[in-house]
Amino acid sequence: MIKVQDLVKVFGAKRAVDGVSFSVERGEVLGFLGPNGAGKSTTMRMITGFIPPTAGTVTVGGFDTVENPIPARRLIGYLPENAPAYTDMTVAGFLNFAAEIRGLRGDAKRKAIHRVVEMCFLEPVMHQSVETLSKGYRHRTCFAQSILHDPEVLVLDEPTDGLDPNQKHEVRGLIRRMGASKAIIFSTHILEEVDTVCSRAIIIDRGRIVANGTPEELRRKSESAGAVTLRVSGVNGAALSQRLAQLSTVKRSAILEEDSAGVTARVFPKPAVNAVLARSVAEAVQGWRIEELHTEEGRLDEVFRSITMPETAKMGGEGDRKNPR
Amino acid sequence: MNAWSNIKTIAKRELGAYFSSPLAYVFIVIFLLLSGFFTFMVGGFFEIGQASLAHPFFDWHPWFYLFLVPAVGMRLWAEERRVGTIELLLTMPITPWQAIVGKFLASWLFLALALALTFPIVITVNYLGSPDNGVILAAYLGSWLMAGAYLAVSCITSAMTRTQVVSFIVSVVFCLFLILAGFPPVVRLLSGWAQPWLVDTVTSFSVITHFDGFQKGVLDSRDVIFFLSIIVFSLFTTGVILRGHRAG
Repeated sequence: MIKVQDLVKVFGAKRAVDGVSFSVERGEVLGFLGPNGAGKSTTMRMITGFIPPTAGTVTVGGFDTVENPIPARRLIGYLPENAPAYTDMTVAGFLNFAAEIRGLRGDAKRKAIHRVVEMCFLEPVMHQSVETLSKGYRHRTCFAQSILHDPEVLVLDEPTDGLDPNQKHEVRGLIRRMGASKAIIFSTHILEEVDTVCSRAIIIDRGRIVANGTPEELRRKSESAGAVTLRVSGVNGAALSQRLAQLSTVKRSAILEEDSAGVTARVFPKPAVNAVLARSVAEAVQGWRIEELHTEEGRLDEVFRSITMPETAKMGGEGDRKNPR
Repeated sequence: MNAWSNIKTIAKRELGAYFSSPLAYVFIVIFLLLSGFFTFMVGGFFEIGQASLAHPFFDWHPWFYLFLVPAVGMRLWAEERRVGTIELLLTMPITPWQAIVGKFLASWLFLALALALTFPIVITVNYLGSPDNGVILAAYLGSWLMAGAYLAVSCITSAMTRTQVVSFIVSVVFCLFLILAGFPPVVRLLSGWAQPWLVDTVTSFSVITHFDGFQKGVLDSRDVIFFLSIIVFSLFTTGVILRGHRAG
């Protein structure tokens, strides 16, 4: 549905987007990750036709967004960054305007508005002016606008930004459900959303795509992917390290925590021995009491960090062990 | 037809925006107070002793509009850019010129309404004497066209900035030029040293020169075309500026 080919956008001397290509099919939810200023919003603005690309093409449903913008835009629902809405209008008035400009009239318009009001829980604020809404309601009002015409393509720029945890959960559920029948692309800073919502994720940095794959594939790129974390009691760190260092499967090991009760260590495998590492580690520490032993799946934030800021990633990679997943 | 219904939808929203804020009411009240004050107190409506609106009433319009029309036009694009709704508007399945024309028409209709509400002065002059109502009608038409020209200039300045105040000031300056180019004292000053062809060229850019005919009841197609061409040119320029912002 969405095809992006060698997209480039230059602002003055800065190449905000520098040769980005990807495609999104119906039934896919593509997560767009990257640090601030990486070019996420600029790419989305080019997809929706708000700004023209310096070079490259975007087609939506087969329509080039520069050559043939109107039919392309008909297929797109767009939630811009910061969810702008006309502050002087009521929610009802705003949705009515959005429906009319999408060509909906009469019964079709009423039904469409009713549907999105229910989906986005806007009933209590329908006759309130947008100006007086809380951030969450304002955000959902703009979100409602984007799905009003039941578009085949959804482009959502930080759809969960500024929502409380319950609302975030609601919106993620909504995106996942709609993803079954639409092509969705959304940007986020929240890495857990990638797991709960996306079927595929792209990491973009300084205008270039630096990673593209399913959440599992991305996680496997993490340094800790395939590593074994174990906690043993009744031994000191030095003894454990020594024992582990003798294993042929181990590249290196690191002591994460050591106290009177025991030692927690992470063991990194040599290339291509992932599967047998856990067993060989378990055999090696026989005789001591193993309290915990598991293989790390890898962590998205680690991948994100190591890709987008390579020089500091090494420090973060093994230092923090809170929240291992 | 599709284009027209898009323009209508945009214009309807824009008109609604005027009336949902105090702007519309404040504007209309001030406009009516000012035109009443100038007609009776400064213009000497009674002292002239003529059943005519040309001098006491319409003479002031180029000057009222200098401040009032930019106040109406300043928010058109500046506000959209400040709040960010321009990103919604221009990614809807409409062309930019439909949005530009829709917004312009809404404001122009609003000005027509304000102008129409001065009707008591027409009733007054008819009650006191027997004026030529054809002349008055022509002058109203000219006044409305002139307001449209100012408004279109305000569209340009509004598209240039996200700050309404900047838009207001710049468009006052632009409109002031449109007036002064034909303002008699300036013309006299100019004709003291400039060649006649230069004086003619400069004055032909003035709204005063072109409004004059309407005030006398003369509907000259050149005057109509002058105002319409300012409108068309300005709206076109607005489009170019908006495209320029988006192209980065």
